[in-house]
Amino acid sequence: MPLSDLQLAAPELILALSAMVLLLWGAFAGRASTAHTVASMAALLAAAVAAVYAPHGRAFAGGFVSDDAATFAKVAIFVASAVSIPLATGWFARRGDSRFEFPVLVILAALGMGMMVSAGDLISLYVGVELQSLALYVLAAFRRDDPKASEAGLKYFVLGALSSGLLLYGASLIYGFAGSTHFDVIAAAVGDGVGKSGVLFGMVFLICGIAFKVSAAPFHMWTPDVYEGAPTPVVGFFAAAPKLAAMVLFARALADGFAGALDQWRQVLIIIALLSVFVGAFAGLAQSNLKRLWAYSSIANVGYALIGLASGDQAGIQSMLMFMVLYMVDVTGFFACLTALSREGKPMETIQDMAGLFKEKPGMALAMTAFSLSALGLPPFSGFFAKLYVFKAAVFAPNMAWVAVAGLVGSVVAAFYYLRLIKVMWFDAASGPVEATPTEARVIAIGAAVFSMPLVWLALHWLDQWAGAAAAAFGHS
Amino acid sequence: MTGILSAITFVPLVGVAAILLLRAFGQTGERADTAAKWIALAATLASFALSVLLVFQFDPANTGFQFLEDVPWFAGLHYRMGVDGISVLFVPLTTFLMPLCIAASWKSIDKRVAEYMVAFLVLETLVIGVFCALDIILFYTFFEFGLVPMFLIIGIWGGKNRVYAAFKFFLYTLLGSVLMLAAILFMMGVAHTSSIPELMQFKFSPSTQTWLWLAFFASFAVKMPMWPVHTWLPDAHVEAPTAGSVILAGILLKMGGYGFLRFSLPMFPHASIQFTPLIFALSVIAIIYTSLVAFRQTDVKKLIAYSSVAHMGFVTMGIFSGNAQGEQGAIYQMISHGVISGALFLCVGVIYDRMHTREINFYGGLVSRMPFYAAVFMLFTMGNVGLPGTSGFVGEILTMTGTYQASTWTALLAATGVILSAVYALTLYRRVIFGEMTNPALATITDMDWREMAIFAPLIVSTLWLGVQPNLIFNITGASVDALVGAWRVAVAG
Repeated sequence: MPLSDLQLAAPELILALSAMVLLLWGAFAGRASTAHTVASMAALLAAAVAAVYAPHGRAFAGGFVSDDAATFAKVAIFVASAVSIPLATGWFARRGDSRFEFPVLVILAALGMGMMVSAGDLISLYVGVELQSLALYVLAAFRRDDPKASEAGLKYFVLGALSSGLLLYGASLIYGFAGSTHFDVIAAAVGDGVGKSGVLFGMVFLICGIAFKVSAAPFHMWTPDVYEGAPTPVVGFFAAAPKLAAMVLFARALADGFAGALDQWRQVLIIIALLSVFVGAFAGLAQSNLKRLWAYSSIANVGYALIGLASGDQAGIQSMLMFMVLYMVDVTGFFACLTALSREGKPMETIQDMAGLFKEKPGMALAMTAFSLSALGLPPFSGFFAKLYVFKAAVFAPNMAWVAVAGLVGSVVAAFYYLRLIKVMWFDAASGPVEATPTEARVIAIGAAVFSMPLVWLALHWLDQWAGAAAAAFGHS
Repeated sequence: MTGILSAITFVPLVGVAAILLLRAFGQTGERADTAAKWIALAATLASFALSVLLVFQFDPANTGFQFLEDVPWFAGLHYRMGVDGISVLFVPLTTFLMPLCIAASWKSIDKRVAEYMVAFLVLETLVIGVFCALDIILFYTFFEFGLVPMFLIIGIWGGKNRVYAAFKFFLYTLLGSVLMLAAILFMMGVAHTSSIPELMQFKFSPSTQTWLWLAFFASFAVKMPMWPVHTWLPDAHVEAPTAGSVILAGILLKMGGYGFLRFSLPMFPHASIQFTPLIFALSVIAIIYTSLVAFRQTDVKKLIAYSSVAHMGFVTMGIFSGNAQGEQGAIYQMISHGVISGALFLCVGVIYDRMHTREINFYGGLVSRMPFYAAVFMLFTMGNVGLPGTSGFVGEILTMTGTYQASTWTALLAATGVILSAVYALTLYRRVIFGEMTNPALATITDMDWREMAIFAPLIVSTLWLGVQPNLIFNITGASVDALVGAWRVAVAG
C-alpha cells in the first residue's frame, strides 16, 4: 500500500482518528462539554477542508475513489453534519440529557458517508453503508428512556438490516456473474454482455437496497415512523447528509458500474421515482404531525432527485447533486425551526401547534414559510431551481418528458399540505405564547431561510459549476 | 433610460423595506399602521410617476423591445427586462390601480395593516415584473410567485369562506402553471436560450408547437380565466377584500391575455391557427354562459366576477382572430376592463364598508340617500355594458369586427353577449340603486366622502377619456400589433 493512498483518504483518516480521540476524551471526562462539542465540529470542518485539497485518484487497489464528485459530496456532508451537532447538543442539554457519545456517533456516521461517496467497488460500498447505518440506528434511539425513540431505533435497525441483506445479495450475484467487485470490471462485463442477465438481476437488488437508504417508495415504510420517534434534531441530521450520501452512492454504482445498462436501470428508477413522488404527495395529505409530514415530503423529494438520476447523462447527475444539496439546506433549516419551537415546555410538533406562529414568532414563521414554499418548488426559492435542473434534465432524456410532467403534477398535490402549514401559521389564531427560541437553532433556521431566498441566487453561480464538475467525474471507471 | 423598468418594478420593494425597518425598530400600534399606509401610498405613487415617464419616453414606431436591461445570472439564465408596444401599457395600468387600492383599503383594513401593505407592494413588484421580464424563467418566477401574496391577501383579510377560496385560487393556478413550466424547460433545451425575443424568432416544428401551445394554454386559460376553468374566480373574488378584487380583476387576469399575446401567438403560430376554433368556441361559451350565470347571482361581487369572465371571452376571441383589429381590440379591452371592473369592485366596496353585506336583496333605493354614488355606479355599469362613449365600447366593437373577419358565426354569437351584459348589469343597477328603500337598515347610509370621490375621480376620467380618445392607446400599441400580426402571417404562410 503506497503512502499516497493515505493522502487520498485524508478526510476519512481525520474523522476516524478524531472519533477515537473524542471517544477517549469523553470516556475519561465522563460527561459532555462545550469544548468536546466544538472539537468535534472542528474535526468535521477539518475533514471538509481536507476533502477539498485531497489529490484525485484511486487508492487501496481501486476500492477508494477520490475525484470531483467525492469532494463535492464530502464537503456538503461534513458541513451538514457539523451544523447538526450544536443543534442537537443544545436540544439534549435543555432536556438534561447531554451525552458525549452524540458528536462521536455523528462523526462515525460522517465517516461512513465519506466512504460511501468514495466507493470504487462493492466491498467499500457495503462497508461505508454499514458504518453509516449503524451509527444512525444508535442515534435514532439516542434517548433510550423514551419508548418512542427506542421503537424508532429498533424499526430502523430491523428494516435497515433487511435492506443491507438485499444489498449484499445483489452484490454477491453481481460478483458471481461479473467476476469482480470492482465497478470498472463490472462495467466492462456489462458492456461485453458476459453473464449480463445475472448481473442485471443483482443490480436490481442493489438498487432496492440503496432505495431503502434514500427512503424511496416502495421502500419508504420506515421513514415516517423513524422521523416521528427519533429526537427532532437527529431527524434533521437524518434527512440531510445521509440522503445525499446515499444518492451519490446510487450514482456511483449505476453510472460507474452499470453505465452499459442505462436503459435497464432507468426503467427501475423511473418507477421508484414516480412512486415516491406520488406516495409522498398523497400520503402527506393525511398527516397532522409535522415530522411525519416532512418524512413524506422527503420521500417525494427523493423521488425528484431520482428523476434527475434516471436521466442518466451528465446533466441528470448534475441536477441530482444540485437538488440534494439545495434540499439539504431546506430540510436542515426546517428541523432547526422544529427544534427551536415549544409551547409550555412541550415541543410544537403538529400542524395545529403552529397556529398563529406568525404573530408570536414572525421570524420563525417566515423561515418556515420559506422552507415550505421552497419544498413546494415555488420560484424564486431554492427548491424551484433544484426542480428546474431536475426537470430540464428529464425533459431531454429519451422518452422521459412524461416523467417530468407527472412529477410536476405530483408537486401540485403536495402543494396542498405545504399551503396548509402556511395557512395555519398565518391565518389562524394562536393558542398560547411560544417560548423563547434557543440561539443556535434560531441562527441555523434563519441562516438556512436566507440561503433559500435570496442568497441562493448568488450561490447558484458556483453550485452550478461545482456540481457540473462533480457530475463530469462519473462514468469514467 | 436604461434601468427605468427595474426602477418601476422594484420601487414598491423599497416601500416594503421601509415598513419592515419601522417594525424592526419596534414601532407598532396605530401610528405605525398609519405610517405604513403612507409609505405604501408613496411607493405606489412613485412607481406610477416613473411609469408615466416610461410611456412618454416610449417610442411607438419601434416594434422591437425597448429600455432593455440584461445581466447574466447563472447556468445561461439572464435578468432581462424590456417592453414593446404590447406590454408597455400594462405597466401604467398596474401602477395606476395600485395607489387606488391602497387608498381604498385605508379604512376598511384594520387588522395587520403593515403586513397588508407589504403584501400589496410585493404583489405590485411581481405583477410589473411579469409584464417586463424578457427571460422566460424570470417571467415564470414573477408569474408564479405572485400567487403567494394573493394567497395571503385572500386568506388573511378575506371574508368568511376565505381559506377555501385561497386554496382553490392557489392550486388551480399552480396546476396550470406547472404544465407551462414543463413546456418552458423543453423550449429552453431545444432553442438553447431562455431569452423571450430569441424564442420568438425560433421556429419550433409544428408537431412540437401543438404540445407546447397546449401546455401554455393550460396556464393562461386558468389565469384568464376561460370557461370551464373559471370556477376559482368567483370564489376568490367573493372572499377577497375589495382591493384584492380590484387587483385580481384589474391586473392579474390580464396576465393570461398578455401570455397569449407574448408566447402562444408569436412562438407557436401553427398551433395557434390549429386551435383557433377551440378558442372561439370556449370564448363564445364564456360570453353567453357566464352572462346567464351572472344574471342569476344574488351576490353583487359574484355577479361582477362572472361578468369579468364574459368580458375576458371577448379578449381571447380577439387575440386569436388573427388580424390587427381583433388584437388591438383585445389589448384595448384588457386595459379598459382593468379600469372598469376595478372601479365596479370599488363601488361594491363602498356599500360593503357601510353595510358589511353584498346581498343584492339587502339593498334597493340607494339613489335617494347616495346620489353621487348612484351616478358613479351608473357610469361604470354603462362602461361594463359597453355603451359608446365609454372605453368598454371600443374594445368590444373592435374584437367583434376582428373576429367577424375570421369567423362570422363566432362574432354573431358573441354579439348576443353585449345584450346579455346589458340585461344583467342594468338589472343589478335597478335592484341596488332604484326602487323603494324598504330595508330600514339603509335609512342612515351616507354618501361617498371626499376620500372615496378622490379614488373614483381618476377612474371616471380615464373611462371617459379612453372612450372618446381611443387613439391614445392605439398610437402606442399599433406598430407592435401590426408587427405581431405580420410575423404571424409570414410564419403561417411559410
